[in-house]
Amino acid sequence: MTDKVLTANRLSDGISVWLDAAGNWNESLQEAFVARHKEAVDALEATGKQAFADNKVVDVNVVDVEEVDGVLRPLRMRERIRAGGPTIPYAAGYAGLSAIRSAVA
Amino acid sequence: MYRYDEFDHAFVNDRVAQFRDQVSRRLSGELSEDAFKPLRLMNGVYLQLHAYMLRVAVPYGTMNSRQMRMLAHVARKYDRGYGHFTTRQNIQYNWPKLSELPDALADLASVEMHAIQTSGNCIRNVTADHFAGAAADEVADPRPYAEILRQWSSVHPEFSFLPRKFKIAVTGAERDRAAIQVHDIGLHLKKNEKGEIGFAVYVGGGQGRTPMIAKKIRDFLPEEDLLSYTTAIMRVYNLHGRRDNKYKARIKILVHETGVEELARQVEVEFAELKNTELKLPEQDIAAITAYFAPPALESRAEGWAQLAQWKKADADFARWVQQNVQPHKHPDYGMVTISLKPIGGIPGDATDAQMDAVADIAQEYAFDEIRVSHEQNLILPHVALADLEPVYRALVATGLATANAGLITDIIACPGLDYCALANARSIPVAQEISTRFGSPERQAEIGELKIKISGCINACGHHHVGHIGLLGVEKKGEELYQITLGGSGDENTSIGEIIGRGFEPEKVTDAIEVIVDTYLGLRLDPSETFLTAYRRVGPQPFKDALYGDKTAAAA
Repeated sequence: MTDKVLTANRLSDGISVWLDAAGNWNESLQEAFVARHKEAVDALEATGKQAFADNKVVDVNVVDVEEVDGVLRPLRMRERIRAGGPTIPYAAGYAGLSAIRSAVA
Repeated sequence: MYRYDEFDHAFVNDRVAQFRDQVSRRLSGELSEDAFKPLRLMNGVYLQLHAYMLRVAVPYGTMNSRQMRMLAHVARKYDRGYGHFTTRQNIQYNWPKLSELPDALADLASVEMHAIQTSGNCIRNVTADHFAGAAADEVADPRPYAEILRQWSSVHPEFSFLPRKFKIAVTGAERDRAAIQVHDIGLHLKKNEKGEIGFAVYVGGGQGRTPMIAKKIRDFLPEEDLLSYTTAIMRVYNLHGRRDNKYKARIKILVHETGVEELARQVEVEFAELKNTELKLPEQDIAAITAYFAPPALESRAEGWAQLAQWKKADADFARWVQQNVQPHKHPDYGMVTISLKPIGGIPGDATDAQMDAVADIAQEYAFDEIRVSHEQNLILPHVALADLEPVYRALVATGLATANAGLITDIIACPGLDYCALANARSIPVAQEISTRFGSPERQAEIGELKIKISGCINACGHHHVGHIGLLGVEKKGEELYQITLGGSGDENTSIGEIIGRGFEPEKVTDAIEVIVDTYLGLRLDPSETFLTAYRRVGPQPFKDALYGDKTAAAA
């Protein structure tokens, strides 16, 4: 079975988040809890539905990932870009999403 | 320009208060996402890949420096220091927080701006020629009519839940700079033999997955009938437009399936009922709206001619910028300045808060406080004295906005693509950046001449690839990005839809493919005055296919 993680966008600010092992919505994919068997995926899906119903997150999805040298990598490019931020430097003068993420980590 | 009256102010402020309440109830959990989503969309708020996105309307692309400063303020306070000007003459912010959006909209309302009808199945922001009111070839200013349409269509109860979104564009010159033939309704302002103002009416154009060129259903519609005739079109569409299939719901499909003669007949039947009702535009109302758009008092500045010649002689970069980015104005002592938002290797359409503030300052000091957004994702100063071009240029250089490439190969339209957009299948911006970098030398661009590259990251075609002289459509194939190339598209008075040239190219090969196309053109053009589009229309696709794929089998694969 392909490894899976649960992702969504936070309701209040729309920022992409992933469910971590402690049950929190984390801004880093690398902190995500990885489901490696069906029961774990079912649990992810149930958690996602509940978080959506509780108005914590929106656009909840289970996505396929692979672990390469301890680093999680979504299989679809769309999800890789969601996780890493835009692949381009922002408009001149802006430090970029990675700087933001490391600042809040 | 148009100024809000009491009704407009009250309406927009009420809408902000209403949205503030809706956001508050959403955040508290009182409103579900299903209930809230259509409400946020009615206020221009989307959810994209990384965050919410706010699309702010710039009616017919016209604003003043106070409004531009507010756009900078919103970028600074509620976003991450920049905004993205779009092909619909609007601006999008990529990172606003839902919880702060009501404050952002309240700030925008304070300068007569809003995000209403920038989304949803309603009549969207009406677009117009970005040189309106200034162009030497203009019959009449299209903006008063765009404003009349804006007022009529704002929260129009009958047309707020159409089968699909609806876009209207107006141009006031023979040279179509508003791409009216790829809009749901295109209006071409003209004069009849008696000298009266009216419109040629086009209907059923559009891009997206089924690109179609609009059909002309009226040669000359008197201006007093603008709203009654438009209402007649909308009624036919609202009644017969397909609601069973999202992909067949635009009026272009209705026109195609019904046949243009029959559709025109149905419109005429409706129009006969509406022609002499309250929708008939009184002459004094047209005059009152037109007065808002009276051109600034342009004094004679004949000294500019000699100064300009001297400055051009002294500074080759300035001369190049004037050559490329300044167009003739109605008044011989003035010019229309295109501020390119396409720095070499940069992000098409993006501007920082500091750049927006700088443009506002320049417009206030040198350009009668007027700024336009073009559908080609640039900014325009429509009225600049030739005598002021040099200081304007210096100020633009200081803020990184003096790229001399308007209409050239690096003046690329690109949608946000997969770097931001939830609908995209492939990235657009990095492709634009690489092409821009490859062809960035001024000499090479000048040698190539007019060439419009337009890039979309999905079939919805926000990057207008169908009407690019060279169009690029990003698709996802087996999990990877692939770029399909079309040639020969055009969005002007001789609109054409580009033809797919052959199999697509991987991201690392697409710039090479563009170079092959450009080199093929340079090799076959009759002389440097034959543009890429003219040459393509003369020779067709085969020489380009041969150059790209070598043989016909490969091209078909």
